[in-house]
Amino acid sequence: MSNRAISKEEFDARAMSDGGMGSARDFFELLKPRVMSLVIFTALVGLAVAPGGIHPVIAFTALLCIAVGAGASGALNMWYDADIDAKMARTADRPIPRGRVTPGEAAAFGSILSVFSVMTMGVLVNWVAASLLAFTIFFYLVVYTMWLKRRTPQNIVIGGAAGAFPPMIGWAAVTGSVSIEPIVLFLIIFMWTPPHFWALALYRRGDYEKVGVPMLPVVAGEAETRRQILIYSLLLVPLTLLPAALGFAGWLYAVATAVLGAGFLWFAIGVWRSRAGAAQDMAAKRLFAYSILYLFLVFSLLLAEKMLGVAPMGPLSLS
Amino acid sequence: MTEQDESKRHEILAPVWTEEQLKRRRQRNLAIAWTLGALMVLFFVVTIVKLGGNVANRTF
Repeated sequence: MSNRAISKEEFDARAMSDGGMGSARDFFELLKPRVMSLVIFTALVGLAVAPGGIHPVIAFTALLCIAVGAGASGALNMWYDADIDAKMARTADRPIPRGRVTPGEAAAFGSILSVFSVMTMGVLVNWVAASLLAFTIFFYLVVYTMWLKRRTPQNIVIGGAAGAFPPMIGWAAVTGSVSIEPIVLFLIIFMWTPPHFWALALYRRGDYEKVGVPMLPVVAGEAETRRQILIYSLLLVPLTLLPAALGFAGWLYAVATAVLGAGFLWFAIGVWRSRAGAAQDMAAKRLFAYSILYLFLVFSLLLAEKMLGVAPMGPLSLS
Repeated sequence: MTEQDESKRHEILAPVWTEEQLKRRRQRNLAIAWTLGALMVLFFVVTIVKLGGNVANRTF
């Protein structure tokens, strides 16, 4: 052990690398609050449309666990991806690249919240929902972040499943099981993810290229990406009509979703017809923005029918 | 080890927190305290909800 006394500057530098500099707000940022809000909303819809009743306190607990679990996987994702986050304009301001939180702190924070959210869900809600939540965190961290993201342009196609699980977890929180209805909700988000992220990747391709993440526009080119966006959009729109066809959504949902779907196809065709350059970037930005609104409205319609008591499966029951 | 060496060792190991670090540590500790308090309330309320009217129906 060295007996050399260290200067204040040296100590501060060590403290930065050893941690202890992050504020509570920095740790909250690790939870990716914007992503979390969409996760909470889709989980709420899964929970609301499920048959049977759930006590409001248990429903709140389930949503809290899903939110914390999603946040935990976000923190673990930031821990693993800190090297590439530092090089991309969109992510360079995150707490780890900025040096406000060390990778070790983020890993510990994410791991503790992951375990805690799953255990709390199991003990206070049910173990089916807890198992699904655990699998979602595993899928996002290991399958998507560690395995697929840097290896294949199919990263967000398969990895998108992680973002599609929350309504299924919400459903399982009420029923203690999984049936065809939550699988349809899963498939809607699963099929929505590729056009949503490829639209982003089209106008942010420089970022992905710089850090070597094989997003579709980087690997297969922009023309192929535009074609794939259209194919997935054509598959997505009929899929969103399945809840009505299967009888767990009503006419209000069917008509409004068909109109919203036509809008989605309009923007997807706009991207497909555009050519590389500013026009393509503009079309991709429009589709990206509309895709967020689209998913929000499709799920809002399911919720609205339930709240209004016009859903085929009856009104929302908080028992 | 002489007394002087001992005091030097403490000089090296003693944490020298800056004002900013202390402020942030206080913030983090408060956030953890509030979270633990909220969890305590949540677990209590959920326990009552799950027991419901059966809370008084124990067999001795």
